[in-house]
Amino acid sequence: MADPSHEEAAPAPSRRSLLGWGGAGLALGAAAVGGATALHRGGGGGAPAPDAVPFHGPRQAGIATAVPDRLHFAAFDVTTTDRAELAALLREWSAAAAALTQGRPVGGGATGGLPEAPPDDTGEALGLRPARLTLTLGLGPSLFAKDRFGLHTRRPAALAELPKFPGDNLDPARGGGDLCVQACSDDPQVAVHAVRNLARIGFGRVAVRWSQLGFGKTSSTTPDSQTPRNLFGFKDGTANIAGTDDKALDRHVWVPAADGPDWMAGGSYLVARRIRMHIETWDRTSLREQEDVIGRTKGEGAPVAKAGEHDAPLLTAMLPTAHVRLAHPDSNGGARMLRRGYSFTDGTDGLGRLDAGLFFLAYQRDVRDAFIPVQRALSRNDALNEYIQHTGSAVFAIPPGVRDERDWWARGLFT
Amino acid sequence: MRPITRPVAALSAVAALLALAGCAEKADAGDDAIRVTATDTACETSRTEIAAGHLELAVENKGSKVTEVYVLYPDDRIVTERENIGAGTKANITAEIQPGAYEIACKPGMKGDGIRQKLTVTGGKAAKRDPRLDEAVAAYRTYVREQAEETLPKAEAFTEAVKAGDLAAARKAYAPSRIGWERTEPVAESFGDIDPKVDVREDGLEEGQDPEKDWTGWHRLERSLWKDGKITDRDKQLADRLLADLTDWQRRVGTAQITPTSMANGAKELLDEVATGKVTGEEERYSHTDLVDFKANVEGAEKAYTLLRATAEKNDAALVKRLDAAFADLDKKVDAYRDGPGSHDFRAYDTVREADRKKLSDAVNALAEPLSKLAAAVVGK
Repeated sequence: MADPSHEEAAPAPSRRSLLGWGGAGLALGAAAVGGATALHRGGGGGAPAPDAVPFHGPRQAGIATAVPDRLHFAAFDVTTTDRAELAALLREWSAAAAALTQGRPVGGGATGGLPEAPPDDTGEALGLRPARLTLTLGLGPSLFAKDRFGLHTRRPAALAELPKFPGDNLDPARGGGDLCVQACSDDPQVAVHAVRNLARIGFGRVAVRWSQLGFGKTSSTTPDSQTPRNLFGFKDGTANIAGTDDKALDRHVWVPAADGPDWMAGGSYLVARRIRMHIETWDRTSLREQEDVIGRTKGEGAPVAKAGEHDAPLLTAMLPTAHVRLAHPDSNGGARMLRRGYSFTDGTDGLGRLDAGLFFLAYQRDVRDAFIPVQRALSRNDALNEYIQHTGSAVFAIPPGVRDERDWWARGLFT
Repeated sequence: MRPITRPVAALSAVAALLALAGCAEKADAGDDAIRVTATDTACETSRTEIAAGHLELAVENKGSKVTEVYVLYPDDRIVTERENIGAGTKANITAEIQPGAYEIACKPGMKGDGIRQKLTVTGGKAAKRDPRLDEAVAAYRTYVREQAEETLPKAEAFTEAVKAGDLAAARKAYAPSRIGWERTEPVAESFGDIDPKVDVREDGLEEGQDPEKDWTGWHRLERSLWKDGKITDRDKQLADRLLADLTDWQRRVGTAQITPTSMANGAKELLDEVATGKVTGEEERYSHTDLVDFKANVEGAEKAYTLLRATAEKNDAALVKRLDAAFADLDKKVDAYRDGPGSHDFRAYDTVREADRKKLSDAVNALAEPLSKLAAAVVGK
C-alpha cells in the first residue's frame, strides 16, 4: 500500500505542498507552515496534511498503520437502551472521527459560534497538526447480550470472553466495556482531545467506563525502525507483525469473509490488558536474571545464544520459563498477534511505588486461537509473572473500516 | 456554593471622559458592537448609548498589562465580565441587556475599581421581545421569590434548634432549610455578597481567613453538628447571623436581573453544582445530606427549563426531546434514594456506593450536556 502512514516518521512537508495549501505568494518557511496549520484546524478544506492518516478505507486505521508514540484508550458503557440511538451515535462518531483524524475540529468548530452556546469543539487542539491521529472503534461482548439491542444472534464466536488466568487481579473498574475507542497520535494532546470530544458527543448515550493513557509505544509495525523498549528496559515486539506484511496480516490479524459473520469481514479482534509492572523489584534484579527471565540480552535484544536482535531465536537454548520462549509462535502452534502496546505510568501508589506498566493491546483474527492459548501458557509458567500483575482486561470486536463519508462504524451490524 | 469571586468594590463613577474611539478599522464583531479600547490608563468606548436587547463589546487591549472588562449595574453588581484579556489581544463580550444606566469598567492589571465609562441603554428592542419569554421571566421571578419566602420559616426552625442547643432537632432541620436556596442558587449568587456568607465551605475560605473567626453560614454549623457533635455559644451567634443573611437574601432576591438567557444558563449552572459538588459528596461532607441538595438543584433547573420549554421547542425540537428524556431519567435515578414520594429525606450519601455514584454522575452528564445548549435555543439561533 502506498499509504504515507506506513512510514515510521512523517515526512517533512515539501515546499511544493506548502505552496499548494497556502496559495501562491505565501512566504516559505515558518510562515507557510503556520498558514497550513491554521487551514487545517480552522476547518477549511485543502489537501490532507502529510501527517494525517486516512480515516476512510476498507480497514480501520490504528491497527496495521505505523504506531505513533502516544495513546489515549477509552472504554464506554452504552447507557441508552434504544438501538436507533446507538446507531445514530456511531454515525455521529464516524463523522467526528473523519474530521479529527484529518486535523479538523468537530462540528461547527471551537470558535466563531453562537456566543450563547458552548462551542462544538473543545478547542485544545487548535493550531496542532493531525500528528498521525488514528481512531479505532471496537465493540465489547456485553453489547451483544440478550434483551439489549437485538444483536445477540450476530455476535461473532471469535469474540470470546477471556477465561480467568492464574495470577489475574482484575479490577472491574479498569476492564470491560460495550464500546472502545483507541486514539493513537504523536501528540498526546491530540489523542486526548479526540477522546474527550467523542465522549462529549456521546453523553446521554454512552458514559466513559474507564480510560488509559499510554506515553510510549512498546511495539511497532515498522521493523526497519528502532525497536522500542518497555519499562523493564528490554526491546519489545522484535518479531511483531509488520504493517506491510500482507500475508501475515491476512493470516493472523484480519478476519476473512469465510470466518464470518459477514459484518466482521475485514475487521479484527482486540485484547486489551492493563499489566502492572513491579518496577522496584525488577530494578533490584541482577542483569543475568533479567536476561534469563526475558530470553534476550538487554542491550542488543539478541535471543539467548545469538548475536543480533533479529537473529532467529533458538528456543531450546532459553530457560523453559523464559518469556520469549513461552510467547513464541513455535511454542503456540504458530499463533501470532499484532501487538500495539504502550507503556503507562499513572503516578505512584500509596506505598510510593510507581503505578506503571504495559498497556497491552493485541490485534488478532480469533481470540480463541491466539491470545487465550498464549496467555494460558504464559500465566502458568512465565518467569516474568513474579514481576507483573494483570489488573485490567477487555476484549473487543473491531469492525472493518469506514469506507467513505456515507458509511459509518459497524454499519454492517445494524443494517 | 461556588468559589468566591472577587467582589467589585463600590466606587463613585470616575468621570474619565476621554475622546471617543474613532472607527479606524473594522472590528471582527457585528456592526452593532461597542468597541472598547483598553490601555493601561484609559478605557475608550465607541458608543455611550445603545438600544436594549443584545449587547456586544468588542474589546481590544492595546495596553501592556492584562486587563478585565466589566459591564456593571449602578450598584456595581456584574451584568457580564471577561477576565484575563492579554496585552495586544481582542475579546468579545455579550449579554442581553435591559434599559437603564450602566457602566463599562476596564481594569488594567486586573485590580482596583477600574476605569469607568457610562453606558445608557434605551427602550428599543426590548419591546419586541417574545411575550412568552416575558411571561417565563415573570413566572421564574415569582418562583425565586416564593422559594426564599418558604425558606425563611425552615431556616428559622433550624436556627432556633441550634440556639436551643438541641443537637438532634438541629440536625433534622438542617437539610430542609437549604432546599429553597439550592433550587435558586444561581440567582442568589448574582448578588455576589450573600453566597460567601451563608453557603461557603471550609475549603472555599480565602488565604488569611480563619475558619474559627471568618467562616459563617450553613456549612460551619454543619461541621459543629456532625463532626464536632456539639453546639457552642459561637454556633448560636452564627445561627442568628445565618437567619439575618437569609432574610437579606429574601428581601433582595425579587430585584435580581433575570433574562431568558440567564434562566437557561442558571439551569445549566445548577447542574454544574451537582456535577462538581454533590455527586462527589463534597458539599455536605459532614452531614452527608448531598442528595437533598442534589434533588433541589435538579428541581430548580427543571423549573427554569419548564418555563422556557415552549420557546426552545419552537427553535430546536430535538433538543427539547433530549432534555425531557434526560430530566425524567435523572429524576428517576435520584428518587430511587428517596424515602417516599414527595419526601425530602434521602439516603445518606456516604452509604451510596462508588458504582451507584457513577450511575448518578452519568445521568447528570447526560442532562447537563444538552442543557448547555438551552440558552442558544431560547434566543432562537
